[in-house]
Amino acid sequence: MSTPRRADAGRIVVVGASLAGLRAAEALRDEGFGGELTLVGDEPHEPYDRPPLSKAVLSGRLTTDRITLPRVRNIDARWLLGTAATRLDIPGRQVVLADGRRVDFDRLLIATGTRARPWPDAAGGGLAGVHTLRGRDDADRLRAALATGPRRVLVIGGGFTGGEVASGCRELGLEVTVVQRGAAPLASALGGVIGRVATGWHRAAGVDLRLHTTVRALEGDAHGRLRRARLSDGTAVDAEVAVVATGAPANTEWLAGSGLAADHRGVVCDGGCRALGADGAAVEDVFVAGDIARWPHPRFPGQLLRLDHWDNAVAQARTAAYNMTHASPNHRVHRALPAFWSNQFGVNLKSVGLPHLADQVAVTQGALDQRRFVAAYGLRGRLVAAVAVDSPRVLDGYAALIEAGAPFPPVLNAPDGPPQLRPVDAEFARPARDEPGGVRGHDTHAPAAATPAPTAHP
Amino acid sequence: MRLVVDLNRCQSYGQCVYAAPAVFRFHGEESLEYDYAPDAGAHREVARAAAACPVQAITLSGATEPSPLSSERDR
Ligand SMILES: Cc1cc2nc3c(=O)[nH]c(=O)nc-3n(C[C@H](O)[C@H](O)[C@H](O)COP(=O)(O)OP(=O)(O)OC[C@H]3O[C@@H](n4cnc5c(N)ncnc54)[C@H](O)[C@@H]3O)c2cc1C
Ligand code: SF4
Repeated sequence: MSTPRRADAGRIVVVGASLAGLRAAEALRDEGFGGELTLVGDEPHEPYDRPPLSKAVLSGRLTTDRITLPRVRNIDARWLLGTAATRLDIPGRQVVLADGRRVDFDRLLIATGTRARPWPDAAGGGLAGVHTLRGRDDADRLRAALATGPRRVLVIGGGFTGGEVASGCRELGLEVTVVQRGAAPLASALGGVIGRVATGWHRAAGVDLRLHTTVRALEGDAHGRLRRARLSDGTAVDAEVAVVATGAPANTEWLAGSGLAADHRGVVCDGGCRALGADGAAVEDVFVAGDIARWPHPRFPGQLLRLDHWDNAVAQARTAAYNMTHASPNHRVHRALPAFWSNQFGVNLKSVGLPHLADQVAVTQGALDQRRFVAAYGLRGRLVAAVAVDSPRVLDGYAALIEAGAPFPPVLNAPDGPPQLRPVDAEFARPARDEPGGVRGHDTHAPAAATPAPTAHP
Repeated sequence: MRLVVDLNRCQSYGQCVYAAPAVFRFHGEESLEYDYAPDAGAHREVARAAAACPVQAITLSGATEPSPLSSERDR
């Protein structure tokens, strides 16, 4: 037991100075925290927004110096940017930085997010022309490579980032091949039924889409530049640029030895954003928010969730900040309904709930072969998610039904609904297990972990 | 002047596009795109756009502190 102290004083350190870190810092001040506030971030940039990187930035409509996040209020913080945290000493209440500095804290927020999984083979991954896309610098490098007019771009992985990159490259007039392990793009996040619709978007845009296929090897020329990819079906693709979009491991290496329940899937925390130790007990004064967090969502029991979603980073940051400034009996539970959007191939896609949990899907508005439709997802007779394509105004109603635990298929009486709802198998390939270093069909902003709780969780 | 739009909340009503067409636009039929750092001259238009958004999806910067990068250099 630590000695009771005033929640509005002391030293708070936030590690990870991006969306979750910045919004948490602002919320801490809003909650009345008047002590010392330090933000540590390894990127040399002030906090910026990532979603446009694979959309407007890639297509050249925005440059990376124009995506800085607004700072909503004064936070009177010490910013330590361009320096990574390399170690966490919980009993000593210190964060150790790469430059040797030590930062003392009374309370800590971990918000170090995830990174793009690199190409697993060092020789292939080290070739000039092989890219990943997570940050500003990645986007600038990729933009520069695309500006040289490569004859073909290879996109490895047909998840959200892969689809957005392929779409952006087609807008630039570049030839694109997408290699997707599963039966369809987006299938691991949204299932095969909607995946087939996404297949249509790719093909209509002129993408050379290779399904049920993986990349075996990336080969370079004598100068170490990418030239060719060998695929699992025995064919080869000539490409000068490749974008690896195969998922996002969590930035937890700096927590090794800290005693927290953390691995490449994230840091386990409780519903109140408190980090858990390897023994499964909440660690006093250490909190987690954003893409790095894995927690039990009260609406979807029996598993730990990790969401690589903008909306979740903002909401979880607020919950963490509230709980960092209030005594534990008054803690809030982070229970925001998962939600995200994607823009690709000129289509706006929005999702609420957790589609990947579903066993069935039914079109509730519009039709799959039209440009606009809504698909509802059910699990054992309950509505768990809805995905809207070019129908951004309808999702609030579905969100309310999911929150209320409404039955599936839902009764909506939507004017543009089909005369009869026809639930079909949602076609998720199961089990969708993490394969370290492997190429997966899903990526950065698909729900990344539907896996059962690790032993560290009670 | 800085801004961000919560695109989960945005329902593509387009009021911001009417109010500040130099800053907000649609890409495709329903995908809103915008400039996060419009020129100072657009300030009033952007404030009007934020006020006009029926779902209050537009957040404007309220901080008057210097950028974290300048404060880092000053130390
Ligand atoms: C290309 C792309 C497109 C996206 N599009 C969408 C979209 O359309 N819709 C949507 O809902 N979501 C989207 N997302 C997801 C969204 O951007 C994330 O959910 C959000 O950025 C999470 O914020 P975060 O602060 O938790 O993590 P991050 O944004 O990853 O920030 C973590 C920060 O911590 C830093 N860091 C890591 N390790 C250390 C360390 N040891 N010491 C110090 N600092 C460290 C990182 O460099 C980074 O700056 C997209 C993401 C990407 C990459
Ligand atoms: S006014 Fe609001 S809801 Fe409408 S497009 Fe702009 S941001 Fe979106």
